[in-house]
Amino acid sequence: MDLLQQLINGLSLGSIYALIALGYTMVYGIVRLINFAHGDVYMVGAYAGFFAVWHYHLSFFPALGVAMMVAAATGVLIERLAYRPLRQAPRIAVLITAIGVSLLLENLGILILKPEPRSFPEVFPLALYNFGGLIVTNRQMAILAVGLVLMVLLQYFVNFTRTGKAMRAVSFDMEAALLMGINVDRIITVTFAVGSALAAAAGVLVGIFYNRIDPLMGIMPGIKAFVAAVLGGIGVIPGAMLGGLVMGVAEVMVVALFSSTWKDAVAFAILIFILLVKPTGLLGRPGGEKV
Amino acid sequence: MSKKTFGVLALILLLAIGLVGLPALAAEPIKIGTVLPTTGPIATFGQSTLNGIKMAIEEINAAGGVLGRRIELVNEDTKSDATETRNAVAKLINRDNVLAIIGEVASTNTLAGAPVAQSQGVPMVTPGSTNEKVTEVGDYIFRTCFVDPYQGKIVASYAARSMKAKRAALLTALSSDYSVGLANVFKAEFTRLGGKIVSEQSYSEGDQDFSAQLTKLRSIKPDVLYIPGYYTEIALIARQARQLGVKIQILGSEGTESPKLFELGGDAVEGILFSTHYSAEVKNPIAQRFLKNFKEKYGQDPEALSALGYDAALVVADAVKRAGKVDRKALRDALAKTRNVKVVTGVITLDARRNPIKSVVILRVEKGQKYKLVEQINP
Repeated sequence: MDLLQQLINGLSLGSIYALIALGYTMVYGIVRLINFAHGDVYMVGAYAGFFAVWHYHLSFFPALGVAMMVAAATGVLIERLAYRPLRQAPRIAVLITAIGVSLLLENLGILILKPEPRSFPEVFPLALYNFGGLIVTNRQMAILAVGLVLMVLLQYFVNFTRTGKAMRAVSFDMEAALLMGINVDRIITVTFAVGSALAAAAGVLVGIFYNRIDPLMGIMPGIKAFVAAVLGGIGVIPGAMLGGLVMGVAEVMVVALFSSTWKDAVAFAILIFILLVKPTGLLGRPGGEKV
Repeated sequence: MSKKTFGVLALILLLAIGLVGLPALAAEPIKIGTVLPTTGPIATFGQSTLNGIKMAIEEINAAGGVLGRRIELVNEDTKSDATETRNAVAKLINRDNVLAIIGEVASTNTLAGAPVAQSQGVPMVTPGSTNEKVTEVGDYIFRTCFVDPYQGKIVASYAARSMKAKRAALLTALSSDYSVGLANVFKAEFTRLGGKIVSEQSYSEGDQDFSAQLTKLRSIKPDVLYIPGYYTEIALIARQARQLGVKIQILGSEGTESPKLFELGGDAVEGILFSTHYSAEVKNPIAQRFLKNFKEKYGQDPEALSALGYDAALVVADAVKRAGKVDRKALRDALAKTRNVKVVTGVITLDARRNPIKSVVILRVEKGQKYKLVEQINP
């Protein structure tokens, strides 16, 4: 029973990681860039949700929508200003730029949003449901449900819409896609927007469930989601979902079965292990891609 | 830069060096530095402490200052960070040339800053760092609060004797000297009194998710859960415990007290018991006067850290008076001889290891953002 409870805890945490990991993996799939600023976009989303609820008194879904839009705009802006000028530059230059953008967002956050942690207002009252000793809260259900719905929508978007098809084409071969008349720049913009919006959803869910947000909240989840994306196979969308869930469950189970001291270590142990044993990730395509 | 501007700048620099080197003029204020976390995750600690220190200095200055001179405070924010504390201490010594430093409050931060003060021979008095190692840095480092072994022992014996707890669990912040130190003392004393530590869990400062640890504790069912740490995490733990349907009596240390505790934890924090230095309900003339003046000045009840800040400033002023001159070495010697200085949180006599022995109070977090005095334990 306890393990089942821990599994639910792990899945809640895992859906957060999965939502963030999706942005990493989508961007990587299209432009071959590890967007290290992605964790900070998640922070921006959480704060956008916070202000929507706290200042404008929006309820859960409108606030979620606002947060996703603000983060999408942030993601697009970052791509325009920081990454697009470097489209033809060596990949290492873009990577370092991404780290720079990440530091910029964090410190702007400290400056503008104040470094103190803030408490997320209650958007809906807490309700506990007891299934024979197994306790599930409405907030946990919200995390799981929102995570699931967004992931299904994303799958639909990527597989069955024109833009989604174009995205896959660009991911497969950018130059060929260009020759086929696909507006590659527009596709890249859409990718950043969608990935950032998903991270913002994760940010708002974290705010609601864990009730604390601060300007540096994106660092650790960002790194862990990156590991989740690598674990699932970077560039592969279902892989990011799977990787996120596995990471969340693994982290919680380490505490449940061993010691909480190892909680943060498990993410990096997984990263090292996967890079040694199956560098392409669980669902990755074989090929000599270096992460 | 032209030759002329360079010349002017050099002249200013020389003048500045000359001024610093000159014996202070009679009317010139005595500079005391404070290093406090006024922003960051433990910002309310820094703000509370600074309010207490400021009030003490204003009262001292209103009464004519010390040695016929005013005291001027120079505050450096440590951003709740150890490296920043180190820089702040160096800045106060090298840039502001302060006579002494009051601060930090978090043990990890004080431990980072103290070696700088020690090596430069500047007396440093921490109002709130309770980890034993702090004053072991050297003979220029003092404190005016009790030490962890004492506080941890009292909480453990309160749990074992007054609450009749048999099985205790620990939840420790691994990255905090303060938290780890207290947990170890609690463990030793609780076991000595016949209790059993049934689970030892840990977290990292800044963690948001405690569901795994709490779920584990739910089936272990300890009588009490001791969480030595700071308000941000304690509030989140209490809140998540409620979300997961975990019902355990939480015990905390003085880091629990903060207005943010209620903001982050809501009503889930009600019922937490914690040990601290001061309660507004303690009756002694200085404490009563402090309480009244504080309420008038800031419009709220003082927290323990405000009282501690106030006390640290009184102790420093008392030592400057006894030193008879504005000199760091003389001040250090006078501080070491601090005897029976009556302050808000008791009477301070520093022992050979520069630590005071003082009373501990146990408070309960109540409805309506209040704390209730449960017990006062005198040394």
